[in-house]
Amino acid sequence: MATPITSTTFNLPRLDRLLQRLASDQVGKSFAQLIKQLLVPIVALMVFLGLWSVGAKSVETSLGVLPGPAKVWEQSKALYTEHNAERVKAAAFYERMEKRVDQAIADGQPAERIEKMRSRKYTGKETFIDQIFTSLMTVMAGFLVASLIAIPIGIVCGMSNTLYTAINPLIQIFKPVSPLAWLPLVTMVVSALYVTNDPMFSKSFLNSAITVTLCCLWPTIINTTVGVSGVDRDLINVSRVLRLSAFTKTVKIVLPSAIPMIFTGLRLSLGIGWMVLIAAEMLAQNPGLGKFVWDEFQNGSSNSLARIMVAVLVIGFIGFLLDRSMLMLQRMFSWDKNAILR
Amino acid sequence: MMNSYLNIDHVSITFPTDTGPLNVLKDVDLKVTQGEFISLIGHSGCGKSTVLNIVAGLLNATEGGVILEEKEVTEPGPDRAVVFQNHSLMPWLTVYDNVRLAVDQVFKKSKSREERHRWTLHNLELVHMTHALDRKPGEISGGMKQRVGIARALAMEPKVLLMDEPFGALDSLTRTHMQDSLMEIQGRLNNTVIMITHDVDEAVLLSDRIIMMTNGPSATIGEVLHIDLPKPRNRLALAENPTYNHYRAEVVRFLHDRHHQPEYEEAETAEVSEERESIVETLPTAASDATDRRLRTVAAMRSADHQSSDEKHLLTEEAS
Ligand SMILES: Nc1ncnc2c1ncn2[C@@H]1O[C@H](COP(=O)(O)OP(=O)(O)OP(=O)(O)O)[C@@H](O)[C@H]1O
Ligand SMILES: [Mg+2]
Repeated sequence: MATPITSTTFNLPRLDRLLQRLASDQVGKSFAQLIKQLLVPIVALMVFLGLWSVGAKSVETSLGVLPGPAKVWEQSKALYTEHNAERVKAAAFYERMEKRVDQAIADGQPAERIEKMRSRKYTGKETFIDQIFTSLMTVMAGFLVASLIAIPIGIVCGMSNTLYTAINPLIQIFKPVSPLAWLPLVTMVVSALYVTNDPMFSKSFLNSAITVTLCCLWPTIINTTVGVSGVDRDLINVSRVLRLSAFTKTVKIVLPSAIPMIFTGLRLSLGIGWMVLIAAEMLAQNPGLGKFVWDEFQNGSSNSLARIMVAVLVIGFIGFLLDRSMLMLQRMFSWDKNAILR
Repeated sequence: MMNSYLNIDHVSITFPTDTGPLNVLKDVDLKVTQGEFISLIGHSGCGKSTVLNIVAGLLNATEGGVILEEKEVTEPGPDRAVVFQNHSLMPWLTVYDNVRLAVDQVFKKSKSREERHRWTLHNLELVHMTHALDRKPGEISGGMKQRVGIARALAMEPKVLLMDEPFGALDSLTRTHMQDSLMEIQGRLNNTVIMITHDVDEAVLLSDRIIMMTNGPSATIGEVLHIDLPKPRNRLALAENPTYNHYRAEVVRFLHDRHHQPEYEEAETAEVSEERESIVETLPTAASDATDRRLRTVAAMRSADHQSSDEKHLLTEEAS
């Protein structure tokens, strides 16, 4: 089914309103409104930046004065430059290796030795950008696993009162547990159970991802249960009159009507998962943005505070993007295209 | 007489509630012949929907049972299609898909894909909805939704069509149209229909028999009114018909008595003509309950047309 791509497809309400305004003939009046709509957020942002730069100057820490927006901007450029420099170094490394491999082949060295040389990886320092991607991968993995577990459980709980009564106490007890309390347990269990010579995932990745999973489960389970049990009684009666099989009933009636609630759960879960991940990475020194923040904090150089602020802003921005992408997914799956989704 | 087609056999139902068991229906007994159009009428909350749900198999009677074509009804099934009051279409399916879902389910073995497609279209044609096949329920009017609901029920080729206030949520003009379509379709297909309604005119116009239920709890069948008017019926022609108006007055009287004297016993029913006067007298002071308002209009219309001039005077005086 082809949906026409409009400004609403990408949820740009402002652009949407702008287009509507341009299409209308009340240009004079709408221009004033447009100015207001663009101007207000811009002014607010300016005020924020102004307060920040003035306020920051007056806070003296052991690592120097608190950085203002200018310093933070400078450091974000620096971080990007460092990342590029690492890339260049890595490329140079692989080029060197290539040459040595060629040399070895020319020298007639044994095949296994050549293979070993080929498989050597560049082991440079992980840059800020690398850490972003590590964190993103981890949160997505944890979230995906959690959703795959939570949605079916939620559906079953929503359909069967007995099961709901059975599982509800467990949910209520585990839901409020802080993710950081899980972390030591997860670490111990993973190192006890995950013993292979050729690990597909690193242990640190598993620890972070499983911790995220454990926290992402609950909102999705609860919201799916509520959504499924709230299916219109009349629709259920229709399915009974039609004698739909349990499967058809789930697919054609229960799931579509529970979709909005399921997505509410998923969005909550992803938001929580992202917050949990950063904390877990800080605590366990697992690679990712959390580790970056912690390392900079321990490092204590004159740039550290500005770099931490860069990380804070990036974490916030990614969190926002994750939520928006869930919203877009919800739009795609939702049958009610007119529903106002925020 | 041979065994009836549908037999609601001494049905009673008791619901367990927080305040102890609630006996909603007591000894409801009704035999329906094939092709008959039955209306259930009675005050709100007396248990009409409960009767319908028991016939549908959505609820199980505590005592007695329902027998359709010599088989006891134990669970819901497409042979007893239900048209719900609020249409109950899947909002995420198009008009076509809503009907097609039912067609696919009922005829998955007996009809080919192509036949099922044509059957879906045919039933939507019956209710004049082929122009909106690809629209979702949220994009069509209430009357159109109700028509799709009826098409879906008809498409199941049910032995009995059960309708729970199918036109209750519609404006009067749309309702008039829907009643005419229903009469026409039922005349053509000769379905057996049980319909719940609050509308006296609707009941008299459409039914072969009107079942009037007493007030709950322990509601049962109070009176049964045979409507001996030839079919097909024309609402304009009937408006002047004294027999039609007599039937209407009967129903109004029944409802009115039930409303004001819940404990009223059948044995005490008085002559219609006397009762009619009492309606007019008590009407303006009656509570502004929805059913009552409907009654008042009906009675006002009746009396405006047929009562003596001083009664008319009384009415207009009260109204101003
Ligand atoms: N599952 C149930 N549990 C307890 N009480 C019930 C249940 N279903 C219905 N009742 C009660 O049975 C009575 C009759 O309900 P029902 O819905 O059949 O009335 P109705 O005649 O269809 O009313 P209306 O005209 O308002 O639709 C009501 O008093 C209601 O409270
Ligand atoms: Mg009802």
